[in-house]
Amino acid sequence: MRRAIAAGVVGLARILAGGSVRCLGCEFDSRQRIYFANHTSHLDFVLVWSALPRSLRALTRPVAAKDYWDRAGLRRYLVANVFNAVLVERVAQTLLSVPAQTGVPVPHRKDPIEILLEGLGERHSLIIFPEGTRGNGVQLGPFRSGLYRLGKARPDVELVPVYIDNLNRVLPKGEFVPVPMLASVSFGAPMRVEIGEEKDPFLERARSAILELRRW
Amino acid sequence: MVNFLHDRQTLWLFGGILGVLLVATVVGQLLKLRRSNAVIDNLNARIRAWWVMSAVFALSLLTGGIGSVILFALLSFFAHREFITLTPTRPADHGALFWVFFVITPLQYWLVAIQWYGLFAVLIPVYAFLFIPSRIAVSGDPERFLERSAKIQWGLMVCVYCVSHAPALLMLRIPRFEGKNARLLLFLVVVVQMSDVLQYVWGKLLGRHKIAPVISPSKTWEGFLGGVATATLLGAALWWATPFSRAQAAAMAFIITIMGFLGGLTMSAIKRDSGVKDYGSMIEGHGGVLDRIDSLCFAGPIFFHLTRYFFT
Repeated sequence: MRRAIAAGVVGLARILAGGSVRCLGCEFDSRQRIYFANHTSHLDFVLVWSALPRSLRALTRPVAAKDYWDRAGLRRYLVANVFNAVLVERVAQTLLSVPAQTGVPVPHRKDPIEILLEGLGERHSLIIFPEGTRGNGVQLGPFRSGLYRLGKARPDVELVPVYIDNLNRVLPKGEFVPVPMLASVSFGAPMRVEIGEEKDPFLERARSAILELRRW
Repeated sequence: MVNFLHDRQTLWLFGGILGVLLVATVVGQLLKLRRSNAVIDNLNARIRAWWVMSAVFALSLLTGGIGSVILFALLSFFAHREFITLTPTRPADHGALFWVFFVITPLQYWLVAIQWYGLFAVLIPVYAFLFIPSRIAVSGDPERFLERSAKIQWGLMVCVYCVSHAPALLMLRIPRFEGKNARLLLFLVVVVQMSDVLQYVWGKLLGRHKIAPVISPSKTWEGFLGGVATATLLGAALWWATPFSRAQAAAMAFIITIMGFLGGLTMSAIKRDSGVKDYGSMIEGHGGVLDRIDSLCFAGPIFFHLTRYFFT
């Protein structure tokens, strides 16, 4: 049943957005990876996830907004049972923790990076969108620092740039119904945070890796 | 609609297609043994795709009428998706595109299925043509307005309206030909596609003088004339499967091949304007769906109406 629904989701994604997948310097592999892509549509992670071979889909967890996806009904079912998504708060989540020394509850923010690292675990891969917000499909926005921090925390995980083309026309920002269009997903060569590399140069390098894929 | 398994002529037609495919496969493999290059690899890829396309087409005819209607509706959908992908629409066109894909296209094929000729003939040229610019105007973005409206209308016309005339052949009432209309659809598809193939073969063998090199570098006068002549002969040779006499079948085949040629050339002009070689990559060796059915888009409606005027 779960497998049939997954196949249905992949089929629907292909009908709406075509099945064009290009590997430019990246071979599909079950080693742990973080796929980072440009963000233009709500359907982004569905398309990237559908572009992966079936064996890798089971290991790859998209990162999705909790307020949008964690709602009763189809969405919650899909993220929990089909995509196995990692849900993060877009609005910072406040928790109370009780340090042992004082016994007084202290509010603190749960760091989304911790949630992502938990989601990554020992065998999973992630799909993330470092721009954080959906762009207009033309310009690639500045990257947030999360990708850098993940790369530092898990140097063993490969970071794979992914460029999604034309999907913003399938479901533009502010629209509710999709329109069929041929989109494509390009996977680039894996990269890492180099030893001693600072945050800003790395984020710029990662960003230009996606822009490079656009030229093809 | 008579199941074609009970119709001797239809079986003969399919036998003929099978024979041509077998010969083509053998020739392709022999050429590959002799020497291997890109042209021959592409030829073999095309032949493989022909097997698949022929099988899908045969299966759709097996179901009686409805399978063919569904098959051509899907072809319209895929071709139209390729067309719109190449068309620079703006976000304000989204609403109109939604209607075009999910309301007008299914409606057009539903009219084919229930055989409502009157509305089938005017749904797109009248209602959809007025609806599309209106819907775009309501969205309130005037930039390149006429260009956007015209491109969406043209895509709908070519990919949906024209293609839907092929399965619409099944709704014609031809005296002494009742229940055999599947053969008309077969005649159209076989002649138009064989005309493409024959133009390709003649062009590869003898092609020298290009017709419109900027628009289509592979179309030559030698390929065109050889293809038209042989496809016309083929059409005449298939007269026994149609309601036409020998001369009529030859004339029909001649018109189908000319229209098919013009369709291919016109759709190539649109591709060149958009700066691409193929509309898509769905069919191995051929490109996209629209690359394969461009000739059918132009031949279908003309064949439909000629048959309707003179034989019903």
